[in-house]
Amino acid sequence: MTDATVLSAGMRYRQRMVRRALFVAMAVVLVLIAICIDLGVGPGRYGPGEVIRALLFPDTVEPKLAIIVRDVRLPVAVMAVLIGAMLGIAGAQMQTILHNPLADPFTLGLSSAASFGAALAISLGVGLMPVAGSFFIAANAFLFALTTSIILFFFTRMRGVTIETFVLVGIALFFTFNAALAFIQYQSSEAQLQQIVFWMMGSLARASWTKIAICAALLALVVPLARFRGPMMTALSLGDDRAASMGVPVARLRLEMLVSISLLAATATAFVGTIGFVGLVGPHIARLLVGEDQKHFLPVSAAAGAIILSVASTLSKAITPGVIYPIGIITALVGVPFFLSLVLSIRKESWR
Amino acid sequence: MTMEIRDLQFGYGRRSLFDRLTIPSLRPGELVALVGPNGVGKSSLFRLIAGLLRPQAGDILLGGESALQLPHQSRAKRIFLLTQQSGFRAALPVFEAVLLSLRGWQGGRATHADVARVENMLDALGISSLSDAPANELSGGQQQLVAMAQALVRDPQVLLLDEPTSALDLRRQIEVMQLVRDTARNRNIVVVAALHDLGLAARFADRFLLLENGIVAADGTPEAVLRDAATGRVYGVEIDIARTNRGTLIVDAHLV
Repeated sequence: MTDATVLSAGMRYRQRMVRRALFVAMAVVLVLIAICIDLGVGPGRYGPGEVIRALLFPDTVEPKLAIIVRDVRLPVAVMAVLIGAMLGIAGAQMQTILHNPLADPFTLGLSSAASFGAALAISLGVGLMPVAGSFFIAANAFLFALTTSIILFFFTRMRGVTIETFVLVGIALFFTFNAALAFIQYQSSEAQLQQIVFWMMGSLARASWTKIAICAALLALVVPLARFRGPMMTALSLGDDRAASMGVPVARLRLEMLVSISLLAATATAFVGTIGFVGLVGPHIARLLVGEDQKHFLPVSAAAGAIILSVASTLSKAITPGVIYPIGIITALVGVPFFLSLVLSIRKESWR
Repeated sequence: MTMEIRDLQFGYGRRSLFDRLTIPSLRPGELVALVGPNGVGKSSLFRLIAGLLRPQAGDILLGGESALQLPHQSRAKRIFLLTQQSGFRAALPVFEAVLLSLRGWQGGRATHADVARVENMLDALGISSLSDAPANELSGGQQQLVAMAQALVRDPQVLLLDEPTSALDLRRQIEVMQLVRDTARNRNIVVVAALHDLGLAARFADRFLLLENGIVAADGTPEAVLRDAATGRVYGVEIDIARTNRGTLIVDAHLV
C-alpha cells in the first residue's frame, strides 16, 4: 500500500495493465495445461510427458499411444476448448450489450430454437438445408438458432434497438420454441425422444476436424471484430447515453454484436448441443480477475470458458471408467464449486 | 467557433416540443445557462445538438457548417454532451474511464501525454485519490465529478452540460462551475449548462437562455433575464434578486 501512495495515478494504471496482461498470458497457459490433461485421461491414462511427445514427435512413441492421443482424443479436446472460448466470448458480449450480468448467449431464446431445430430433424427427418449425414441435425439446429436472431434483428429495427425490445422479443421467442419443442417431443417415438434428450444434454462426442475448422474460422472472423470494437464496447458498458455522447453508434454496435453472438452460439449449439453455464460464468470469472475493459475482459472470458469446458471434458471421462457422460451435465457440476471458491477468495481490489 | 440553432423542429410522437426554435449565435468563451422549468425540453435540446436525437426540421450550425451533416463520431469529437444519466454501469477504474473518453477508439498504448493529461484532469477536479476506484462503486457526487473529467478532458468545441452539479456539495459546486467557466474562456469554446439552481447559474453564467413552450422566452445577462417578468411567469413564482456585499447575485423565489 505504501508503494501505491508514492506512485502516480498514471504509473498505477500502467501497472494494472501489465498485471492484466499477465492474467491473460496465465489463462492461455492454463488452457494448454488443461488440454494436455484432457488428452491423458480416458481408458488408458497417460502422463503429460507422454502426451506431449505423442503430439510433437509421434514417431518416438508406440503407434497405439499416438493414435489414441492424436486421432481419438485430440479432436474432442480441441473442440472442448474452442466451444468453451466461443461461449465465453458470446456470453461476455451478451452481458455487455444487455447491461446485464445475468445474461448468457442463450438469454434470447437461441438454445430453445436450436433444440427445436434439432428435434425437428431427429423426429420428423425434416431438414431445411440440403446437407447430408452427420451435419443434418447440426445444420437444422444452426438454422433455427440463426432464425431467432434474424427475427430479433427485424423486430428491434422496427421498434428501436433498445434493451427492452431485445429482452421482450427474446422471451417471446424462448417460449414459442419451447412450446414447439414440447409438441415435437410429445409426438415422437421413444427412440426419437431419447435421441432428442441426449442431443439437448450436449456432447463432445460429435467432434471432428471439419467442425473444428469451422469453429476456428468463425473465431478468426469474430475475434478481430471484437478487438476492433473493444473500446466502443467498453464505452457501451458505462451506459448507453454516455457511450452515445462519446460517439459510439449504440444501435449499430448492438446489432453487430448480436450477429457475432448469434453466429458463435448457434455454431456451438449446432455442433455440441446446449451447454449452459459456461457463457454465463466465464465472463463473471473474467470480470472478477481483470475488470470490464474489453481488451482483457474478452480474452479472459474466452479462456475461462475454454478451461471450464476442458476440465468438464476430462471429468466426463474420469468419473466412471469406460463411460463418457454428456458434457452438458458435467459443466455446471465442475464449474459451480470453482466459481464459488473464486467469488469467496478474491477480495475486491483495495483502492482507497 | 460560434454555434447557432435555426428553426429547429422536434416532437415526441404527436406532442411537439420545439416549433421553429431559433437560438442566435452562441459565442465561444461564453458560459451560457439554459434555464426553464422541468419538462420544457432542456435535455431534449441538448440531445438534439449532440446527435442523440434527430430533429424533424431545422439546422444546427457550427462555425457556419451544418452539424447535422457530420458523421456521429466526428460530431461527438466536436460537440460533447455530459448527460444527466446518473451512475456508471461498469466496474471500470476512474482513470481508465477518463482515458477512454480522451483516446476514443484509437488502438494501441496510451501515450505519456495522454496519461499526463488524465492525471492533470483528475487533479483539477480534486479526484486524484479515486483514480483506481471502480467508477460504478463511487457516490453519486463522485461519479458526477468523474463524468465531468470525461467531458473536460476531451477538449471539444462545444460542451453541453446537463445539470452538472446536481449531486455535488456546496464547495464542489463552486469549484466545478469555476473550472467550467475558466475552461470556456481559456479554451475559447461554447459552453451551455442546464441548471436548476438559478443562484449558482447567475453567479457563473455570462448569459441566460430561458426556454418556454419550445421557444426562447428570454435571452440576456443573468440579471436582465431574472428581472424579466417572463422568468417569474414561466416558473410560476415571484422572483426577487439582490446583491451581497461581495457583489454576488442572490435569487429568492416565492409562490404566487
